[in-house]
Amino acid sequence: MKHFARRLKVKDNINTDYVISGRYKFKIQDPKELAKYIFQDIDPDFAARVTKGDILVAGENFGCGSSREQAPQALKQAGFHAVAAKSFARIFYRNAFNIGLLLVECDTDFIDDGDELELDIEKGKLKDKAKGLVFDTKPVPAVMKTLLGDGGVVGHFKKHGGFSF
Amino acid sequence: MGKTIAEKILSNHAGRDLKAGDIAICDVDFCFGQDGTSSIIIDSFKKLGVKKAFDKSKFYMIIDHSAPSPNIGVSEIHKKMRNFAKSLDVGMYDIGCGVCHQLVPQKGHVVCGDLVLGADSHTCTYGAINVFSTGVGSTDLAITLASGKNWFRVPETIRVTVKGKLPKGVYSKDVILHIIKDIGSNGATYKSVEFYGEAISAMSVDARLTISNMAVEMGAKVGLMEADEKVLKWVAERSTKTPKPVAADINAKYVASKVYDVSKLVPQVAKPHAVDNVSDVTALADIKIDQAYVGTCTNGRLEDLEAAARILKGKTIHPDVKFIIAPASREIFLAAAKQGLIETFVKSGCTVVGPGCGPCVGTHNGVLADGEVAISTANRNFKGRMGNPNSFIYLASPATVAASALTGRISDPREYKKKL
Repeated sequence: MKHFARRLKVKDNINTDYVISGRYKFKIQDPKELAKYIFQDIDPDFAARVTKGDILVAGENFGCGSSREQAPQALKQAGFHAVAAKSFARIFYRNAFNIGLLLVECDTDFIDDGDELELDIEKGKLKDKAKGLVFDTKPVPAVMKTLLGDGGVVGHFKKHGGFSF
Repeated sequence: MGKTIAEKILSNHAGRDLKAGDIAICDVDFCFGQDGTSSIIIDSFKKLGVKKAFDKSKFYMIIDHSAPSPNIGVSEIHKKMRNFAKSLDVGMYDIGCGVCHQLVPQKGHVVCGDLVLGADSHTCTYGAINVFSTGVGSTDLAITLASGKNWFRVPETIRVTVKGKLPKGVYSKDVILHIIKDIGSNGATYKSVEFYGEAISAMSVDARLTISNMAVEMGAKVGLMEADEKVLKWVAERSTKTPKPVAADINAKYVASKVYDVSKLVPQVAKPHAVDNVSDVTALADIKIDQAYVGTCTNGRLEDLEAAARILKGKTIHPDVKFIIAPASREIFLAAAKQGLIETFVKSGCTVVGPGCGPCVGTHNGVLADGEVAISTANRNFKGRMGNPNSFIYLASPATVAASALTGRISDPREYKKKL
């Protein structure tokens, strides 16, 4: 599958209220339906531009603020293959891997909206094919790889009858 | 090498010696969810296929984010929570009891040295009473509910010293806004922050809870303080559990040390739409406000209501201002009524609502209209936080909020010298 970059107008400190506002979080229970309302308050046309396999590209401190798991869940349901950011807030970071959404940390300044991307987490590379640039991604910690490999923390727990790392 | 408070508490709960950067499975002393996160906790718990809680006394659900329910969808979530609590025979604080971060320490569920997880980002609040407490998502919480454990990466620690005596009209809220302005909303991400200094020691436990509550607004995992006599007394008055106070070693390793002198600090205000976008109150005198709000897990405690009431007593709020007050718990509500604070608020023209988070999270009880400006004692001013992305939120201490409600503009509480 081809992956294309999706960037928001806001670069840094995108909090989970912005990913999915409390207005929708409390009203809509179905994650697929919730996915239609991502980034409503900062970029209302964004959700409509996302296609399956896209990589969400952000700056520093992505996912700060509220602990709402609906944030990574809505991004996953919207079709994102992964989120690439310069850094992530910690609760969002755990939540994403727990539900099986891949996050990668790397320099994202030169990636523009719509650029075709190629991600290889084993080699630790994110390639911007449109620009011919390759970025080193921070190694995904072993714990996170284990969780992701088991389809998230629930899958991991069921498979091993507890934590297995 | 010596250890920080975070390294010690996590070591105690892993049963082995840990240092910053280590990953360990730890036993959790208490965990909880609120009505914004519990629905997914329940779903994830059921997916795990586990039939009972690891310990019925160590998990609670709290209905506070939309309490009472503003719509059918939320009512269904509340019903689901009540049914789940009954089926698992676990504790529940229903509408009217209060805000989770007030109830968890106030009801004595957590004591010094504990390791606590909450499915709410402001779980870091109890760091002020020497508890390693941090927010997680719903599925993480479900794992702990099932097993009594979770995995932790031991955080590095930033040491913050707050020197000097706070001037009149300047409070712990002003101190933490000042610190967040300096460290930034990303400056302590993944880290523990330890707070020390004479300004902290001089504060009441309630005032200290305000500081630890906002540690997450600089990205921190937890905002820890030592258990001094005030903390031990506060905890002993509320809990039957035995506290296990933990202090950092004198040669503990810190990734950074920050010192702030607050003896000349002026009231601070966070401007839209970021918590680290902070100004002195004196620079904002032209800002007209439409709504004021005193409450939340940050500043809805008794001394917060007292500070607001002292300024309001005998006066009427500006005719263009709606002023909402939400005590953080039923006990605080009752104490405020007994002291005559509720009467002061109502006579001044305020609207007192039941204990809960409503206005802060924009679920009900004071959603702003397009273009409206609010000044609030909450901990977040993100765009849309109070329910409308086309509105503007300023954050300040209860005294600054009350002073602003009287004039209809952001105002300096130090103008009410005799009442502070």
